[in-house]
Amino acid sequence: MALFWPTRRGVETPVKAEARYPALVVASLVFVALIVVVFLFADVLAPYDYRTQSLINRLKPPVFLGGTWAHMLGTDELGRDVLSRLIYAIRFSVLVALGGTTIGAVIGTLLGFLAAHFRGWVEEAIMMMADVQASLPFMLIALALIALFGGSFALFIVIMGFYGWEVFARLTRGVVISANTQGFALAVVALGAPPWHVYARHILPNILSVLIVQFTLNFPQVILLETSLSFLGLGIRPPLTSLGQMLGAGRAYLMTAWWIAILPGMAIFLTTMSISILGDWIRDRLDPTLKSG
Amino acid sequence: MLGRHYLTKIVRGLLTIWIIVTFTFIALNLSGDPVDALVGDQASPEVIAHYREKFGLDRPLWQQYLAYLGSIAQGDFGLSLSDQQPAVSLIAAALPHTLRLGLLAFSVGLLLGIGLGIVAALNRNRPIDRFVMSFAVLGFSLPNFFLGILLILLFSLHWRLLPSSGDATIWHLILPAVTLGTHFAGTFARFTRSAMLEVLNKQYVVAARAKGVPRPRRVLWHALPNAAIPIITIIGLKLGDLVAGSIIVETVFAVPGVGRLLVNAVTSRDFALVQAILIMVSITMILANLAVDVIYTLIDPRMRAARAES
Repeated sequence: MALFWPTRRGVETPVKAEARYPALVVASLVFVALIVVVFLFADVLAPYDYRTQSLINRLKPPVFLGGTWAHMLGTDELGRDVLSRLIYAIRFSVLVALGGTTIGAVIGTLLGFLAAHFRGWVEEAIMMMADVQASLPFMLIALALIALFGGSFALFIVIMGFYGWEVFARLTRGVVISANTQGFALAVVALGAPPWHVYARHILPNILSVLIVQFTLNFPQVILLETSLSFLGLGIRPPLTSLGQMLGAGRAYLMTAWWIAILPGMAIFLTTMSISILGDWIRDRLDPTLKSG
Repeated sequence: MLGRHYLTKIVRGLLTIWIIVTFTFIALNLSGDPVDALVGDQASPEVIAHYREKFGLDRPLWQQYLAYLGSIAQGDFGLSLSDQQPAVSLIAAALPHTLRLGLLAFSVGLLLGIGLGIVAALNRNRPIDRFVMSFAVLGFSLPNFFLGILLILLFSLHWRLLPSSGDATIWHLILPAVTLGTHFAGTFARFTRSAMLEVLNKQYVVAARAKGVPRPRRVLWHALPNAAIPIITIIGLKLGDLVAGSIIVETVFAVPGVGRLLVNAVTSRDFALVQAILIMVSITMILANLAVDVIYTLIDPRMRAARAES
């Protein structure tokens, strides 16, 4: 029975191009590329300024609901062009996610190196903090920090930077401790290289691929976190915009102008889904144990 | 020793709570003088001095810290800054709403997820499997605030079938519970499927089949309990998501629970209330994880042996 004896694909069976690059993966890749282009060229692509209000053009429908091409995706309650706002919202959301994930990765990696280098109580203290952070949902920590420090844009990126540092710290610490005992590290130490030189030039390049994979895993999480907090009105606040903030503000107009809320919602959904489909696909390709079946 | 295993777990849990409490104490002190916020800038020095004495703010910092630890150990989290009620009673009033919604959503997610996961595993690589797995990907990629708004748009505004705010009746609970539960159903379906696929190929299941054990009994009696360990691990890991999810879902559907209380407290920067919720949620999370650990040893004798050794 196929259920109990999974058919194994032989080495000689050629793999079709379609199996190597499924349509869904290609579509996700195209969508992520689109998001990158919008992020980079928002100011060129947006037909209007995202803050320009026009009270005679309020709540105009998008072109597919009988609107005009002047406002392709309609306008919101203050007459601002939804397409332009969407484009800038993508830029702000991606900016926060990039900034937050980078800060988290740098802090975590540094603390991981410190823990592996000093061992003893330094390691205990750092790992303890990692445990505390892991034991709480980050949403709660972020809300507490926002309650404490308020909601400026720069501070919000820093708060997002606290997300996921503990994963980087654990990863780095583990790999560095095992690398320290390996021949290449011992050899450089024996040659008289200072510790930072060993870490930066010899060990970091060896663990970079692991860290990059973790970066791509954290990125969509930070996007979700930012959009959730902005949706609650506690993340990115007007006059700046973000996908979550548009969705939260558009909620009040669901009856009369659903597109204000639904379009940014679709953008968040498609972005996080594309990244997770791509991530799964890359992981499956890198993991030889998942190849059969 | 099994007892020692739990003792270490409990000590670590207490240590975690102590660190969080210490952080909130530091944060409270950094967030500015509560007396200034209370009396305003028109108050005379005598009034300020009176309140400083009343709140114990005139004492040295280490005494304040010990007093803070003491009051938290007694369950006294101070007064909410915005309406001067004890933070604990505000939370106690909101808690039943959160528990009702959370339990309902979690059960829906668990049952639906495990059921779909088993169906997918038994029909591996067939259309049903693909359909279930697409649902799973959809379930955890749809942010819950967006799913909630889609459901409100369709079921409350368009078809006018279900109410969209509050939690007065069971009808009110349907949309928020589905919103919160879909995410869990997606995750559980995925993990149940892979855990089931792993055990369905094991020799004891093949042996049961050879003996002529009927398929439902084989799946539910021989395979499922052995697939339970990874599923329970995920349940433990997902409790945090349940807390974070209910913060959002309660706000979307105007359910007067702890999540919405927290969002309102953060919006009005009522840090006294925020710290009370933070500490109480962390205690709950640590207890819940301890419970998951106990369940492990109850259902799996191998775990008991492994923990007794370490």
